[in-house]
Amino acid sequence: MIEVELAIVGAGPAGLSAAIEARRAGAEVLLIDENSRPGGQLFKQIHKFFGSRAHKAGTRGMNIGTELLRESKELGIKTWLKGEVCGIEDGHKLWVVIDRNRSEFVKAKKIILATGATENAVSFPGWDLPGVMGAGAAQTMINVHRVLPGRKVIMLGSGNVGVIVAYQLLQAGAEVVAILEAAPKLGGYGVHTAKVARAGVPLYVSHTIKRAFGTDRVEAVEIVELDEQFKQITGTERTLEVDTICIATGLTPLTELAWLAGCKFNYIPALGGHLPIHDHKMRSTQPDIFIAGDISGIEEASTAMEEGRLAGINAACELGYITQEEAENRSREIWDSLNSLRSGYFGQKRRDSKDLMLQKGKEVIK
Amino acid sequence: MNRIPNHPILDEEKPGKEVQIFVDGKPIMAREGEMIAAALIANGIYINRYTAHKHKPRGIYCAIGRCTDCIMTVDDVPNVRTCVTQVKEGMRITTQHGMGVWSEEGRND
Repeated sequence: MIEVELAIVGAGPAGLSAAIEARRAGAEVLLIDENSRPGGQLFKQIHKFFGSRAHKAGTRGMNIGTELLRESKELGIKTWLKGEVCGIEDGHKLWVVIDRNRSEFVKAKKIILATGATENAVSFPGWDLPGVMGAGAAQTMINVHRVLPGRKVIMLGSGNVGVIVAYQLLQAGAEVVAILEAAPKLGGYGVHTAKVARAGVPLYVSHTIKRAFGTDRVEAVEIVELDEQFKQITGTERTLEVDTICIATGLTPLTELAWLAGCKFNYIPALGGHLPIHDHKMRSTQPDIFIAGDISGIEEASTAMEEGRLAGINAACELGYITQEEAENRSREIWDSLNSLRSGYFGQKRRDSKDLMLQKGKEVIK
Repeated sequence: MNRIPNHPILDEEKPGKEVQIFVDGKPIMAREGEMIAAALIANGIYINRYTAHKHKPRGIYCAIGRCTDCIMTVDDVPNVRTCVTQVKEGMRITTQHGMGVWSEEGRND
């Protein structure tokens, strides 16, 4: 059994930001990640972030990742890679499988869960053929592993993930045959959508995939138009030749550890479904467990970093490294920043949903 | 080859050391340290396994170790997530059928 003051699960943007704040304050931190490299999904984000300069807009995600890793290295943050947290006990004890061949118990005074999210699937006949994959999977293959999973791609979903990955597929040398959107309106930021539109990629609203054809691999896809009730309109089917179908229809928070730990949950569809209830300090209903990033609601890396900082600062405060006053002042600044990130046409809905969660947190967490 | 050596944003790829691995007995070349699933795609192999009941082919789906669609038998150990497992010189990888089989060599008690 290893004892630490603060254990953080997940070394993506939220976990790294939390670790940096807590370590800087003086807390003893152990950062655990199941991957062989820290950074979460940041190194796949080769596009420039959108928003204001204060939120690192104009900087590519991968460069933000490099910066976070440099800081965590400078601070000497103890990091376990290839460490899969498979269990959580008594709200303080983590069971970690390391390198898939041994395990270790870690007893922590405080825990921050920053486990991220996983991509949603959509089922249609043929959806299980090789060649049907999450948009994030294709992004991982092209930007991290530098291999092309296919040459002719169709993208289902026009949100930011859909249009950004479509553009990155073009940059990697693939052809993007079309981007489909089931809703009557496109879903992504204009700045990202305009890039694929300028590159000549057709965007179809009120369209979805009816089925995929192929024996060993996707060979073609049948698309269909949808009416206002999202019902398929017979007679509008068209077949396109593709070898890859990318699914960009949202993400689901990875909440297993929070469930195991006995955290209470709240259901907020706009943020990805069942989420651990949390308060302004990112505390869950388990007194010594904090959450940050996509596990607390699907958003973006920029909000995940701010939430991570909140969790790190407040955990360090409860450990006695930062005064109550300082933690409150710094939290207030971060909340201002979060509120500005959650504003505007796309952000307001997230802000409203987060407010619901914080209201619930206020009622439930003492 | 499905590799992306040149890219408008990313640095030119530095190939690094090559290793030989075996897929269903056939030798292919991979890059040291890369994930098995990436090495397979680089070599034009898209099927990782066949399902237990309907014997349908499956390839990568999430590529980050969550969905387990890309599992294969690696050095006699079945159900290895190839998207998060690095290649090693001489590794023997087999297309998995159903749940796979634990051979004597694969046991590690």
